[in-house]
Amino acid sequence: MQAPPRIQAALLSLLLFGVLLGIWQLATRPVADTAARPLSAAEAEYAELMGQTAATGEAEKSNGFPTPWQFAATVAGQLADPFYDRGPNDKGIGIQLAHSLGRVAVGYLLALAVAVPLGFVVGMSPLLQRALDPFIQVLKPISPLAWMPIALYTIRDSTISGVFVIFICSAWPMLLNTAFGVATVRREWLNVARTLELGRLRTAFTVILPAAAPTILTGMRISMGIAWLVIVAAEMLVGGTGIGYFVWNEWNNLKLSNVLFAVLLIGLVGMALDLLLAGLQRRVSYGD
Amino acid sequence: MATETCVDAHFVKIEGLGKRYRADQPPVFEGVSFSIARGEFVCIIGHSGCGKTTILNVLAGLEAPGEGYVFMANRQLTGPGLDRGVVFQGHALLPWLSVEDNIAFAVRARHADWSRRQVREHGARFIEMVGLAHAARRKPAELSGGMKQRVGIARAFAVEPRMLLLDEPFGALDALTRGTIQDELLRICAATRQTVFMITHDVDEAILLADKILLMSDGPRARIAEIVVNPLPRTRQRETLHHDPLFYGLRNHLVDFLVHRAAGAEARSATLPRLVQFAGEGTGDASAEPGPVRMPVPARRMVSAAGRVHS
Ligand SMILES: Nc1ncnc2c1ncn2[C@@H]1O[C@H](COP(=O)(O)OP(=O)(O)OP(=O)(O)O)[C@@H](O)[C@H]1O
Ligand SMILES: [Mg+2]
Repeated sequence: MQAPPRIQAALLSLLLFGVLLGIWQLATRPVADTAARPLSAAEAEYAELMGQTAATGEAEKSNGFPTPWQFAATVAGQLADPFYDRGPNDKGIGIQLAHSLGRVAVGYLLALAVAVPLGFVVGMSPLLQRALDPFIQVLKPISPLAWMPIALYTIRDSTISGVFVIFICSAWPMLLNTAFGVATVRREWLNVARTLELGRLRTAFTVILPAAAPTILTGMRISMGIAWLVIVAAEMLVGGTGIGYFVWNEWNNLKLSNVLFAVLLIGLVGMALDLLLAGLQRRVSYGD
Repeated sequence: MATETCVDAHFVKIEGLGKRYRADQPPVFEGVSFSIARGEFVCIIGHSGCGKTTILNVLAGLEAPGEGYVFMANRQLTGPGLDRGVVFQGHALLPWLSVEDNIAFAVRARHADWSRRQVREHGARFIEMVGLAHAARRKPAELSGGMKQRVGIARAFAVEPRMLLLDEPFGALDALTRGTIQDELLRICAATRQTVFMITHDVDEAILLADKILLMSDGPRARIAEIVVNPLPRTRQRETLHHDPLFYGLRNHLVDFLVHRAAGAEARSATLPRLVQFAGEGTGDASAEPGPVRMPVPARRMVSAAGRVHS
């Protein structure tokens, strides 16, 4: 008997994970012959200039790419106390993550509050659709980070600028998808509403909204993905707090272990956010 | 009293209906006039594209006619309304609602002041009527085509409209399912004395269901060429229908129209529809071929029948 496909897939995933770990381990293993070879005069001088003696080769190694074991130790250390706060440049990963998530949440919810109602109106009115189209076509392809200087200049606050950038980048997919979903609601369903003499508002909420909900949720999901991509970049740019700043800061400290940990965390949080919206999408989708 | 019967005989009155989608092209149909009596079942047959759906949509108020008027109970109709229930060609159920919620959606629109329980109980009666009580909680995607169509019929009946409009309701169904639902519809209409206007492509279906069959000529400039009164008794049944001596005469007449005469100059140039009535059972020689008989002209615009039955 063959195992069911799900278990097969899980086993294969585990295997791949093991292989990756193995490659990682091999690639970062301490190179024996370098340590055994006596340092040349130039190398010793260089090491001295860098404030190290040839004897501290061990410390040098910990600043290189971490081995899986070193990484595991970092993860354990970070997870043991994720919320410590020792001044502006040294905060726990939990606090940094909370800052990023907070910015994304505010910017994203603001975008939701503006883009979905606006998309609804645009979708219902072919006139508005055509009138707004040139603006949308021009504004949409602008990288959200390109807004950063303008935002920083006008808003003069890095946190609010971050929120603004999230707002701008997540608004477009929601706006466009909502407008598309509303504009393409099946005529038949609208005709049902008309023969039942439903008012405009009632039709909007009981027919158009549920009919367009899966499309709107798709837009929300795309927006969330973009927002999470953009917040990391934005925080690298403006600094201060957040997971993006953490990555940049640890890179400057040459603590690659921490960088790696943060990168992994960004991936995991992004996945969690997507799963959340996917669950929501499943709840409003309908078969036909 | 006199006006009462007048309203009953011309419960729905369509006068000089015409529709043109594009100014640079001839109208799809024009000069369409007929009336539907209260409790009458009227079927319309015609080739694809002659404008049947458009006529039904005008009756439903979903589309504005280019010219002409529609009256119901002496009131001109200008928009859609709860007094007309529509069963759409593609059933048009709201797929995110269960069967009972689809019905409740319509009932609530009709009776805004009803309590949740009243709405549910009223809806349940109509779900029961189409035999879907066991599937009331299912979503449309979990139903077969025939079941969906039955929900569509239940929804239209549940608002208790004064006229029911059906656009090829059984077109997508297999013959067996179609027969079952036809029987159901026949039974429900007989029980409720419902006024019905229905589009069909199926001659046998029209004979089974209709009291009066409108035959449309081909478009553009399509018209109602003939109005055929169904001579079979109102207690028609699918199993025994073809035993009736009048059945084949009627059937041949309809098929012949569709095959030979719909595109013909005579049908297309007729300014007024011919009223065709077949001899009843008591009339004439039983062995004689039943055929259309001349009718006294009942109204200004009716022209007597002179067609022959090809057999
Ligand atoms: N919105 C529209 N714009 C332009 N032409 C239209 C439109 N709707 C229908 N027509 C034309 O009007 C004619 C009648 O259409 P209609 O749908 O009423 O036909 P029908 O008799 O119901 O056909 P079928 O039996 O195939 O359903 C067709 O020739 C069609 O091309
Ligand atoms: Mg049609």
